[in-house]
Amino acid sequence: MDFGSINPVVLLASLMVASTPILLAALGEMVTEKSGVLNLGVEGMMIFGAVCGFIAAIETQSPTMGFVAAAAGGAALSMLFGLLTQIFLTTQVPAGLALTLLGTGLASLLGQNYQGMSPPRMPDMNIPVLENIPVIGPVIFQHDAIVYLSLIMVVVIWAFLKFTRAGLILRAVGENHTAAHALGYKVKAVRFAAIGFGGAMAGLGGAYISLVRVPQWTDGITAGIGWIALAIVVFASWRAGRVLIGAYLFGGITVLQLNLQAAGAKVPVELLSMSPFLATILVLVVISARRHGATSAPAMLGRIFHTS
Amino acid sequence: MKRRTLLTAAAASALALGAAFPSFAADPVKVGFIYVGPKNDGGWSQHHHEAAMVMAEHFGDAVEIVEQESVPEGPDAERVMTQMALSGADIIFTTSFGYMDQTINVAAKFPDVKFEHATGYKTAPNVGVYSARFYEGRAVEGYLAGHMTKSNKIGYIGSFPIPEVIRGINSSFLHAKKENPDVEMSVVWLNTWFDPAKEADAAQAMIDQGIDVVLQHTDSTAPQITAQKAGNVYTFGQAADMAEFGPMPRISSIIDEWAPYYIERVQAVIDGTWESDNTWDGIGAGMVGIGEISSAVPADVKAGAEALTASISSGEYHPFTGPINKQDGSVWLAEGEVADDGTLAGMNFYIEGLTGEIPQ
Repeated sequence: MDFGSINPVVLLASLMVASTPILLAALGEMVTEKSGVLNLGVEGMMIFGAVCGFIAAIETQSPTMGFVAAAAGGAALSMLFGLLTQIFLTTQVPAGLALTLLGTGLASLLGQNYQGMSPPRMPDMNIPVLENIPVIGPVIFQHDAIVYLSLIMVVVIWAFLKFTRAGLILRAVGENHTAAHALGYKVKAVRFAAIGFGGAMAGLGGAYISLVRVPQWTDGITAGIGWIALAIVVFASWRAGRVLIGAYLFGGITVLQLNLQAAGAKVPVELLSMSPFLATILVLVVISARRHGATSAPAMLGRIFHTS
Repeated sequence: MKRRTLLTAAAASALALGAAFPSFAADPVKVGFIYVGPKNDGGWSQHHHEAAMVMAEHFGDAVEIVEQESVPEGPDAERVMTQMALSGADIIFTTSFGYMDQTINVAAKFPDVKFEHATGYKTAPNVGVYSARFYEGRAVEGYLAGHMTKSNKIGYIGSFPIPEVIRGINSSFLHAKKENPDVEMSVVWLNTWFDPAKEADAAQAMIDQGIDVVLQHTDSTAPQITAQKAGNVYTFGQAADMAEFGPMPRISSIIDEWAPYYIERVQAVIDGTWESDNTWDGIGAGMVGIGEISSAVPADVKAGAEALTASISSGEYHPFTGPINKQDGSVWLAEGEVADDGTLAGMNFYIEGLTGEIPQ
């Protein structure tokens, strides 16, 4: 294979941009699932966040406000899911699917008048000194704030789940809600918080597509990224570090295969097009097969909890 | 018994009335449109939609429009068409290549409903096909690309490896090469008509590879925005003018002009003269328009492109005129020979000088 004409530095830089939406959404979903809730509405929350962020950014001319609105929008939509599954005790799978349908439709409706507009540009936040390191500098330290935020969130979520008391409670609720309830923890409140966090992160991920990566608004702009994020959470066996690997692998190979095509590599296009899916699944399965296997799913995932 | 006679009489008089005053009794002609993308995608689907609206305005109350957007190319399309036919559509325009077999299938079940399939090649007594000779416009794009590139690298964002797209690739490459023998073209296949994120990534990948002119055969405006961010990259509007991205990066465009055709065909349904057809018109007949060449293009290049457009339009020059070899070096067209429509309609090979393989 001819990698000669592909500049790895440029490739890595665009890899990070392409992976960020998946990473954000997958991290949020991971926290939601850790609390025992399976929210299949990631795609809906992403696209809703994308349109909320886009509208806010246009109206205020501030990309920051856009991202704030996107997080709020995603969280608001996820609250609907919370209401359905935690208060009215509906089954989580159809409720999540309904959320995706609703989010897609709602986003399309809201975005009608914002077609073809250009949002204000998100400024790159180059980190002084570090950006001048040869090779690594341009790859890692010359991006916009959201890329850094997504990387920081990986560490924060990992530390939160592993070292903090609140993280322990969240995991307890996800592993055995009856026991957690008996100990006096508010299962529903914890789950609402986790669902809301997942929604906000999905919203951020969506807005990253509509404000930075593309950046414009069109119907169906997330194009199934939410489903990839869902799959990555499972294949990453609910670990923040592996979610990062999965998201970067998927985004990276997507970018790499396009670069290979553009560079005229003699590899069949069909193979290149499926390579992101194949490689991501393969690597994550191999990683998680080494220990524990697939048993690492939160025990209460998708189960309904009611106090009686 | 009385009641039945009364009903019969009423029905008979209604029929008589209907026969006597057809213009009063005639329902509006119901026209269906099926789009592959959202009808505000800024490109292909939006242009079909706008042409439908022009047609609707032309006929006023005489027609009723039903539209269905973002219909996937597959079994779903068959369901949507069946639904439209069952709800009384008189003519249905299916506006994407991938609806071809579905259109033929559904048409067989509804012999009284007329179907018009865009860019396909299968016809039936109640299925007509229509397409535009986009490759004529691609020739002009190639001409401009050959002159404008500084790195001698041109990129082409391909959607699906179907003849229409391959013709576009060949035509643009042929004319770029004529103007600039050093030019190389990279094709990236996306296997989608509309996916802004993927299109943006593809454009970015090309720009990362040093490509400075990007042609697209996908429908969103995402490549234009990516090029705009990058700076010194030129693009062309696809299906719609995309003038909002001019004068840089968009330096010209291919515009589809469907409205006259829609008006003509719906009129034929109203008149009862509709027959299956196979329309394939180009710049000359006004089905393909070349968008304003922007100020970023030097005056002499612009003049050359306009002269090329004029000679294609008048029929004096055919974009596929020999000598042209196939990719493997074998002769396709001898000196002065012109490609026939049959070969063009089924084109499945690259011409000499293009690298890579067409996915089968």
